[in-house]
Amino acid sequence: MKPLLIRGGRVVDPASGQDAMRDVLLRDGKVAAIENPGRIHAADAEVFDAKGLVVAPGLVDIHVHLREPGQSYKETIATGTAAAAAGGFTSVCAMPNTIPVNDTPETVRWMQSPERGASARVFPIGAATRGSMGEALTDYAALREAGAVAVTDDGKPILGDAIMLAALRAAAAVELPVIQHAEDTRLTGGCSMNAGALAFRLGLRGMSVEAESSLVERDLDLLRQVRRGHLHVAHLSTSKALNAVRAARRAGLHVTCEVTPHHFALTEESVGLYDTNAKMNPPLRGEADRAAMIEGLLDGTVDAIATDHAPHAAHEKQQEFERAPNGITGLETALGLAISILHIRHRMPLAGVLALLTSRPAQAVGLKGGSLSAGSPGDVAVFDPAARWVFRAAESRSKSKNTPFDGWEMQGRVRLTVSQGRIVFRS
Amino acid sequence: MAETKGPSRKAQKLSTLSLFQQPIHPGSAISAMNFSVAAVRQILLAADALEREDPLRRAKRLAKRRVALLFYEASTRTRTSFELAAKALGADTTLVSSLSSSIEKGETLKDTGITLKALGAECIILRSPYSGAPYLLAQTTGLPVLNAGDGMAEHPSQALLDLRTILQRLKIRASAVNEKCLRGITLTICGDVLHSRVARSNALLLPRLGARIIFCGPEELLPESATAMGPGVSIERDFDTALRQSQVAMVLRIQAERLAGLKIDLDEYRRRYQANTERIAACAPKTPILHPGPIIRGMEITDEVADGPQSAIAAQVANGVPVRMALVARALKGGRR
Repeated sequence: MKPLLIRGGRVVDPASGQDAMRDVLLRDGKVAAIENPGRIHAADAEVFDAKGLVVAPGLVDIHVHLREPGQSYKETIATGTAAAAAGGFTSVCAMPNTIPVNDTPETVRWMQSPERGASARVFPIGAATRGSMGEALTDYAALREAGAVAVTDDGKPILGDAIMLAALRAAAAVELPVIQHAEDTRLTGGCSMNAGALAFRLGLRGMSVEAESSLVERDLDLLRQVRRGHLHVAHLSTSKALNAVRAARRAGLHVTCEVTPHHFALTEESVGLYDTNAKMNPPLRGEADRAAMIEGLLDGTVDAIATDHAPHAAHEKQQEFERAPNGITGLETALGLAISILHIRHRMPLAGVLALLTSRPAQAVGLKGGSLSAGSPGDVAVFDPAARWVFRAAESRSKSKNTPFDGWEMQGRVRLTVSQGRIVFRS
Repeated sequence: MAETKGPSRKAQKLSTLSLFQQPIHPGSAISAMNFSVAAVRQILLAADALEREDPLRRAKRLAKRRVALLFYEASTRTRTSFELAAKALGADTTLVSSLSSSIEKGETLKDTGITLKALGAECIILRSPYSGAPYLLAQTTGLPVLNAGDGMAEHPSQALLDLRTILQRLKIRASAVNEKCLRGITLTICGDVLHSRVARSNALLLPRLGARIIFCGPEELLPESATAMGPGVSIERDFDTALRQSQVAMVLRIQAERLAGLKIDLDEYRRRYQANTERIAACAPKTPILHPGPIIRGMEITDEVADGPQSAIAAQVANGVPVRMALVARALKGGRR
């Protein structure tokens, strides 16, 4: 592999606090040098001119569904990570709700095998219980040994107090976070959107705020009983649950959390007349909750922007609203939405936005990466922070096109993505 | 999302889903909101005219045109009156129901719609347990879709026939229908409002003609958010109080099939919300009593009231045919106004 010299760009690395004009040399899959402009001489290197561009660590998404094994008609590890690369992501954490459920070291290794053809580094998240049935814990030490970075029963939240407590304890023993999709499913049967006036008007059953917040509060109570336990709350969507996390963090608990771009960009109004591309779980909420997500991102309560990239085939989404599956794709729109909304509209410093997409999510699940300094992995995202562009779902690298952001104009466009020293995307 | 610097959707919409989607046919009747006040007047005038017309002449209007009835839920009144309405206009009708078709084998609504279209259907009358299903059918077939009830969402033809019944009782002619024709009229809708598509369609239609709607029922069956249906809609938990303010009343069945685990104390329910002789005599001695059916005698309404002089239940059913004739005729003419 030829070395790569990224020349003339503005290096923004939240992990080290660096924000300066630098040249970056990648060699042998690693960052070989970061120096003042013009200081690196590498005659053998391919040169990428990054003038006017931001050179950042490759983005890290700790919540994606790659659908492999078992549902390769929706996405494969190859297509999902190609979409990741197009969105500037070089590390993705893959949820275990595959078929079969990823609850064994064999599946973890299978997902990371070079034969999958990944364009980004894939970090599997193992199932917290066997088959994600919420009954018996999986072997956390073995999953970790195989490469899993966390455990979760995402989508099938762990409701039983005893099993959740056991999961937190077992995960703490091997220093893995337990990720919880916070939804008390006993309260959400038959529900397909946010509870409230709009759901009533549309004749749809609504998921209450309490269905999310009560489970977060329950989990935090359990976390208090576990020495060195780490709870990570997936895709927070309500002010009430966010406040619970904020208070627990202040009280010294090791709790981290993430928010999706759609929960800070959209409200339930996007459901319109039963648009299944606005159906996801947790559902899009009201404006007050959306504003609370922005506030949590700005004030640091939220650790990560995670996409919950959830590809579904067109025929699956083209069904009655209540029958259509939950979820939208998100890897290719996350950076543009984050820059447009957080940086441009809410004046969050670019380094702060990038921290939510690199160092902080990496830290939340203990990944190496999400930083850009000599010796770190050769994962780089180069983007034009000023470029305005229109996202077209039809041009998506994902196998699926289920996104509510089709036709959206946003600012901040990826120009180059490098994974382990290899160019995986260029525009 | 309209600011100049944020992300926006002002860019041209070129959705991949939209490649498979067609615009909703203007002859469709999916929501009560599909009808302007002028359109309501025209539909009711057309219902009057079609009702009076010589049956042999009437049967030439849509002679041999093809209308499909696609029913995913049981129905007596709506299905029969839509079918009689289409036949009265001369159309050929065919009924597809979930228990005797490929729907049982897992065929989707989209594919069933495409199949019916390929068989020559020019209009589909759909009943579905899923809210919003008629939009999907209209978008995937391009045909006019008449909503015969979708989940908990809407039942627009029922709202029109309820309106016709109310106007008859109040001696208001169809030609007088306008934004003010029901000014001073309050309709109480009592019972399981949460699960009722009839309540929603009426609440979207009648206030636009000047009426006030009072929803009445227990918290479990009538959440506070129900008032968000629009202006002119309020909640009164006490049935007697609501009836005393009303010129028209409608009672609803508890939809046992949609309760989803919800437990209702039926004895308490009867005590507080049943339309019975004592309550009606005391609070609404002259008020017409409507019920969209099916009625559960002895639960939300007693025999004496259902069969008594104030009952408009049979009139509602009878009004189903002329109103639905007007809707089918409108659908097959492309909804020209």
